[in-house]
Amino acid sequence: MSLELASDPEKRITGAHMLVANLALLGGIVTGLLQGLEHAGVEFPASEYFLRSYYHSVSMHGVLNVLVWTTFFIAGFLPFISARAYAMPLASPRLGWLTFWLMLAGLLIAAVPLAGDAATVMFTFYAPLRAHWAFYIGLTLVVVGTWLITLRLGLSHRAWRAGHPGARTPLAAFMSLVTMTMWTLASVGLAASMLFLLIPWSLGLVAGTDPLLARTLFWLTGHPIVYFWLLPAYVSWYTLVPRQAGGRLFSDPMARASFLLFLILSSPLGLHHQVTDPGIHEGWKLFQAFLTFAVFFPSLLTFFNVVASLEGAGRARGGKGLAAWFFRLPWGDPSLAAQLLAMLTFCAGGIGGLINASYNVNLVVHNTAYVVGHFHTTVGTAVTLTYMGISYWLVPHLAGRALWSRGMALAQAWMWFIGMLIFSTTLHELGLRGMPRRTMISQASYFQPEWSALLPWVGVGGTLLFVSGSLYLLNLLLTLTVSRAPAPAVPEFAISAGPAEDGPAILNRLRPWVVTAVIFLVIAYGPTLARLVATSRLNAPGFRVW
Amino acid sequence: MKPGATVYLYELAWILPSIAIPVGMLAALLVTAFGAGLHVPSVAGRIDPSKVTETAPFDQPGVVQTGPVSYEVRMIGQIWAFTPNEIRVPVGSTVTFVATSKDVIHGLFIPGANVNVMLIPGQISRVTARFDRAGEFFMACHEYCGIAHHTMGGKVIVEPRS
Repeated sequence: MSLELASDPEKRITGAHMLVANLALLGGIVTGLLQGLEHAGVEFPASEYFLRSYYHSVSMHGVLNVLVWTTFFIAGFLPFISARAYAMPLASPRLGWLTFWLMLAGLLIAAVPLAGDAATVMFTFYAPLRAHWAFYIGLTLVVVGTWLITLRLGLSHRAWRAGHPGARTPLAAFMSLVTMTMWTLASVGLAASMLFLLIPWSLGLVAGTDPLLARTLFWLTGHPIVYFWLLPAYVSWYTLVPRQAGGRLFSDPMARASFLLFLILSSPLGLHHQVTDPGIHEGWKLFQAFLTFAVFFPSLLTFFNVVASLEGAGRARGGKGLAAWFFRLPWGDPSLAAQLLAMLTFCAGGIGGLINASYNVNLVVHNTAYVVGHFHTTVGTAVTLTYMGISYWLVPHLAGRALWSRGMALAQAWMWFIGMLIFSTTLHELGLRGMPRRTMISQASYFQPEWSALLPWVGVGGTLLFVSGSLYLLNLLLTLTVSRAPAPAVPEFAISAGPAEDGPAILNRLRPWVVTAVIFLVIAYGPTLARLVATSRLNAPGFRVW
Repeated sequence: MKPGATVYLYELAWILPSIAIPVGMLAALLVTAFGAGLHVPSVAGRIDPSKVTETAPFDQPGVVQTGPVSYEVRMIGQIWAFTPNEIRVPVGSTVTFVATSKDVIHGLFIPGANVNVMLIPGQISRVTARFDRAGEFFMACHEYCGIAHHTMGGKVIVEPRS
């Protein structure tokens, strides 16, 4: 009856993170359901004991899904996959546990005001909406925890290199380290905003703050954070999915090149979230729009490399034609099916992202439901459905028990895909018809009759997503409690079709790329931040208006 | 052809469009921004957020005619209303919105008129739009601003010329 978890310290650390991640997702899908139904015309069940208001719900939904579910999953998955790639235990399990407890402590500290309606400021916490100080301090501790993951992966990398002089870092470990390095660099904006602006201000040490400066620092981190969520999914797509599909990775050097491009290009483009902000020169907005187009390039490289790998797998299984091979892939494997459906959805999400970032086109879509439709295809599906697909082999492996039901897992993945198609398409369309995001729309004073026919579909899509998410969590729960069969083997790493050693040596180094990333960041943000700091007066008082 | 060369051609056939698409999109937005004049908000000055109602031009919010077919709307965003919240201009008018917030961040969004700008305490927002179609446009605050955010709206009534 004892879970196999006990046997390996890394498995226990990963298991602890996965538990928190999935509990957060449970909260995320419950709040999401209520919000979807609100749009469909069902009265929001506000109550003193649970969710005090629609906006309390939206704040919980955002924090639990995009901050907790993602971060804890990543904190479990990347060290786990790195240890497998190095084929050795990671440095200092003690540091791994310290990271977990620090992140959990931060989460709980932030959760008290969040659950108590004292931090109903959305996951973006734009000043001068002022949450309880514990919210900012708790989130800051979670960010500090993520830096410890970077430290641990860095120490492990060094230990591995000492034993393998001159050898190329295994791909999954290299990608994990690049992801965490990118995130650590990018998180300086958020950290600066918390330490110098929001925490002293929420504690009452300073009377006012600078909303535009806080917002700009937030988005300096707020765009790269989407790559922090996405790149672990790419780790799976590159290093595991080709093998799960029965093929090989098309190109190892191209995979490394795309990750290094993400390292330098993920951060210097957060201003595309602030296209409609006053106080920032339009020239810098245009410059960062251009860089946003540039970061599309490594995503296209990824698309090519992963699809070429899948095509190889499909043809090896007897698939033919220009596209018919796609249907020959082993769609009966829920882990693979979930990730293929995530990729399909991401095609729309990636193109939508380019539209959003297109400078003046942003005037049509900024802060409308279109954006909500967009990020539910990206973080809500490309990332989340991939993480679910990973969980379908990872959780059984951690527990030492087979997944309770493969059929239910397959149904779940398809239901998420279809539910999201309905949900996201409807929200895109509503956004184009002028419906704002983050709004209790049934009660809006400017409600437009032309929205009425579409809004029920938000409820239909949201309900399907809730049922799908519940089936996913139920399957994992039953795996832990009821399943008796032993766990199947963990997916092995995909072998590269061409030898990895063919790639230029620069693709195995990190330092020159980190330096380049810093230079890009300073060029893209330096003048704007310097001007904002120089003209800042810290004279906006805080408000609790919920 | 050797397999290696085929792969190289495939890679090239993918990479070239991958560069051409973003570059083409950039060209399109440069043309619309500088050729058609579709600009986004830029720097328009700072203001003390606790002295908005004492600072010109926000001490007298409202609509002011500034030319034969041009108007300026001096607007304050606050929880949970726009002042003014009903704007009347004749069709064909060019309207410049000069706006700010006196409390939290709000948004001024007029769908169909390309007005989409944040109202940030401490900053002055300035955007210009042309209203070429008679009729009613709705205004909405599109940034979460507290418990009654969904009640913060208004309208622009574009009247036919008599």
